[in-house]
Amino acid sequence: MTAVELPSDAESAVATPEFEAAAIRQESRRGFLLALPSYSYLVLFFAVPLVIVVVYSFATRNRFGGTDLSGWNLASYARLSEPIVRDILFRSLWLALLTTLICLVIAYPFAYYLATRTPVVRNLMLVFVMIPFWTNFLVRNYAWRVILGNDGPFTDVTEAVGLGERELLFSKTAVVLGLVYSFLPFMILPLYAAIERIDKRLLEASRDLYASGWQSFRKVLLPLSMPGVIAGSILVFVPSLGAYVTPDILGGSKTTLLGSYIVTQFLTARNWPFGAALSFVLMAVMLTTTVVYFRKGGRTL
Amino acid sequence: MSRPTSSAVEPRGWTKGLLRANGWLVYAFFYAPILLLVIFSFSDSRNVGVWGGFTLDWYEEFVDSRQTQAALWNSVKIAVVSTAISVVLGTMSALALERFKFRGKQVFDALLYLPIIIPDVTMAVMMLLFFAEFFEVLNAVFGTELRKGFSSIALSHIAFSISFVSVVVRARLAGMSGHLEEAARDLYASRWKAFRFVTFPQILPGILGGALLAMTISLDDVVITQFVTGPGWTTLPVYVFGLIRRGVTPLINAVSVVMLMASMTLVALSLLVERVRNVGTNQRRGF
Amino acid sequence: MTAAVEITGITKRFGDVVAVDNIDLTIADGEFFALLGPSGCGKTTTLRMIAGLEFPTQGSLKIFGDEVGTLPPNKRPVNTVFQNYALFPHLNALDNVAFGLKMQGVKKSTAYSRALETIDLVQLSGMDTRKPSELSGGQQQRVALARALVNQPKVLLLDEPLGALDLKLRQEMQGELKNLQQNLGVSFVFVTHDQEEALTMSDRMAVMNEGKLLQVGTPEEIYEHPANRFVADFIGQTNLLEGRVVDAETVCLSNGARVTGFSDHPVGTEVAVSVRPERVRLGPRGESRPSETEVDGTAVDGATVDAATVDGAAVDGATVDAATVDGARVDGEVESITYLGNARVYRVRFDWMVIEVREENRPGATLHEPGTPVSVSWDPSAVSVVAD
Repeated sequence: MTAVELPSDAESAVATPEFEAAAIRQESRRGFLLALPSYSYLVLFFAVPLVIVVVYSFATRNRFGGTDLSGWNLASYARLSEPIVRDILFRSLWLALLTTLICLVIAYPFAYYLATRTPVVRNLMLVFVMIPFWTNFLVRNYAWRVILGNDGPFTDVTEAVGLGERELLFSKTAVVLGLVYSFLPFMILPLYAAIERIDKRLLEASRDLYASGWQSFRKVLLPLSMPGVIAGSILVFVPSLGAYVTPDILGGSKTTLLGSYIVTQFLTARNWPFGAALSFVLMAVMLTTTVVYFRKGGRTL
Repeated sequence: MSRPTSSAVEPRGWTKGLLRANGWLVYAFFYAPILLLVIFSFSDSRNVGVWGGFTLDWYEEFVDSRQTQAALWNSVKIAVVSTAISVVLGTMSALALERFKFRGKQVFDALLYLPIIIPDVTMAVMMLLFFAEFFEVLNAVFGTELRKGFSSIALSHIAFSISFVSVVVRARLAGMSGHLEEAARDLYASRWKAFRFVTFPQILPGILGGALLAMTISLDDVVITQFVTGPGWTTLPVYVFGLIRRGVTPLINAVSVVMLMASMTLVALSLLVERVRNVGTNQRRGF
Repeated sequence: MTAAVEITGITKRFGDVVAVDNIDLTIADGEFFALLGPSGCGKTTTLRMIAGLEFPTQGSLKIFGDEVGTLPPNKRPVNTVFQNYALFPHLNALDNVAFGLKMQGVKKSTAYSRALETIDLVQLSGMDTRKPSELSGGQQQRVALARALVNQPKVLLLDEPLGALDLKLRQEMQGELKNLQQNLGVSFVFVTHDQEEALTMSDRMAVMNEGKLLQVGTPEEIYEHPANRFVADFIGQTNLLEGRVVDAETVCLSNGARVTGFSDHPVGTEVAVSVRPERVRLGPRGESRPSETEVDGTAVDGATVDAATVDGAAVDGATVDAATVDGARVDGEVESITYLGNARVYRVRFDWMVIEVREENRPGATLHEPGTPVSVSWDPSAVSVVAD
């Protein structure tokens, strides 16, 4: 730092490049000081934990369920190829993908419908999408447990329709249902934002240029709303992949997913290194998808 | 942009019918489960999904249960403390990112983004391992007897709440013309006074919105809390989650409805704040 | 008398971009001064440096003799009317206006009574409790004005203050601003990209482009004697006829024709002859109008040097399609007409050049249909020879 003193507010001098540089530095220092508390907080309570997870994933589990930090190895990562683990990984990927697709199919027409309403109706509709978004996650999943449970409303309906007593609870279907229910707002909101931003005259122009309704959707609306599709998909896919509460409440032992499996490693199996490795895999998937999104020009999630 | 009347934009015929039906179905899908849950919480039956006549017994049990009461208060204490701290930190970060240039800004921005997009489970694992090591080190060095509990939960909640607050406040700051602060400075306000009398009143709705979001998330969190909680510091969601895993009882219905009401209250408050916020931005639209 | 603002050798760089490039500028006390230029020319940066919202990279900036270059905005005796006004949305009109006084520590009651007086001054009586969002664009503009004026600034800075208003209101406000300035006797420094606004309102103006100060002068000086090609082109409409200096009073156009044009550019300099459309007269070819006699006089002088041009062809050469030019006259053909209501603009083509001619729409004005061979002429003293 050069020796130029910033003059106090009362005195003044002829401007010089040194003064300007000092003023810019001071301004940047102000910004840095404002950020500093959160910056250090996040480094200590977020970045350091992140590093610890990585370190643990290379450690060894000792006989007493504790962890040996000496003697790094790749044993935990090697276990990823075990059939059981592979099954869980693929099942998680598949269910997360399925959830994302279902959400997309439901949310796209909904978001389009929303975007074409008058502003008053639209805002009202948006509020009623936001409410479940804000509502307690655990409670919303529990509600499905009640509905799908023994003699619950769902069986009442299937019996009334004549399908007999159908058991949905503790199945993959129930898990996907719960995931869709939990994360649908995450798909609707970015889609709506993307579609709303599109100049509707472009659709008119495409119709004027002889496109059919389907063609103007396929060639104009869909490509232009792609950022919303991708943002929404990431916002649904990532938490679905790491879901723990939903499969725990609505799924059974045959539907163990990555999230629940990780938790088991820590709370029951006490294999922390393996759990850390699994968490790291989950995080890697998350980071890759978001980085790809931002690289492709996405601005915000 | 908002001309919904054109034939190319406004859905027609069977498309319109399908879209409308889809809309109603989505809302039914969103609200039917919640509604059923509320109804069954008043049901006089030991089976959670069967209607057995009206009763308030389950709510009475909730009020009488010392465990639920304790869990409720734990949740509230943690939510209040973590919200208060994260609001201050989050607002400061938002100001730094939106109004200043400084070295390391990109890294800080990315670091702020991560807690929002990282899956709950991963964050929970991070916190579990961190506090295991952190408290061990502190206890060894300073001879303290820190254990997981209030501090570890609150510290974890702050770690993700800062990000949410900062996103909301930043959005508000981005919508506020920087000329307002310059105008204040031009009108003889010092930096502090410009913040105090112009910036702060302008971003206050954002700060409140961010606080409500932070509080909601703190009150809702079960995964991370479950990993960093200690003896005596079971929060309401963790308690309820434990109950559900052991087997559902109508008591859970009642507790759930109480949690639902808490969420709804916070939503209502945030909508109110949103309205205030919109009034504040009318001026910019009015040009 | 000390100048209100005295800028000496001011430069402002943003990284590698030079926003303002070593300018000198003096603004007198009580002057209505316009800073004019296209967007990105550095005019707003200059204004912001006077306000203190930007520190110069280098140079001296004095306000009434006091160096202020490194003072923060709240320590400078100037106030600004911002583009789009920057009214505080959470405060009503009165609190907006009283803001500066309160920040200076003026007693609340005094601050409010002075604020109310100023609100009256800008003719907003009764609007003091309204929020900015409840005021029309014009009213917001007045509040912004009052908010600055209440502090009795030594210089008032205005950044495109009328830009957000529609045409009618803008013209009305132009008059009011001018009146207000004359009554208060305070210097106004006014940034605009609208040359007409600058011409009509300012006592003196400066034209800027790409960070450089191109010309400073009264509107008349600048319109009549633009210092260079950019100024000639930017201020008002003009015909720029490309050519090269032959001698102190002759320019050889790029088609070989010679016209009279006084300049002190060295022989051979590439220049353009700037002729305002309204200074050009249009007549049927071969017809000599009485008003042209004097023109012809100079024309002959200019043309005698040049053998390539047939002297007097302008008068008789109706059959020749090639350009025939004497000192201040060319023959061509009407290409198109634009009807403006109060005037018509003819595009007259000769060779590959086009001259626009503006004729007032007076009763009895002859209409020259497209395709008509015509002859255009002008007073040689009405042209400027401009270089880059």
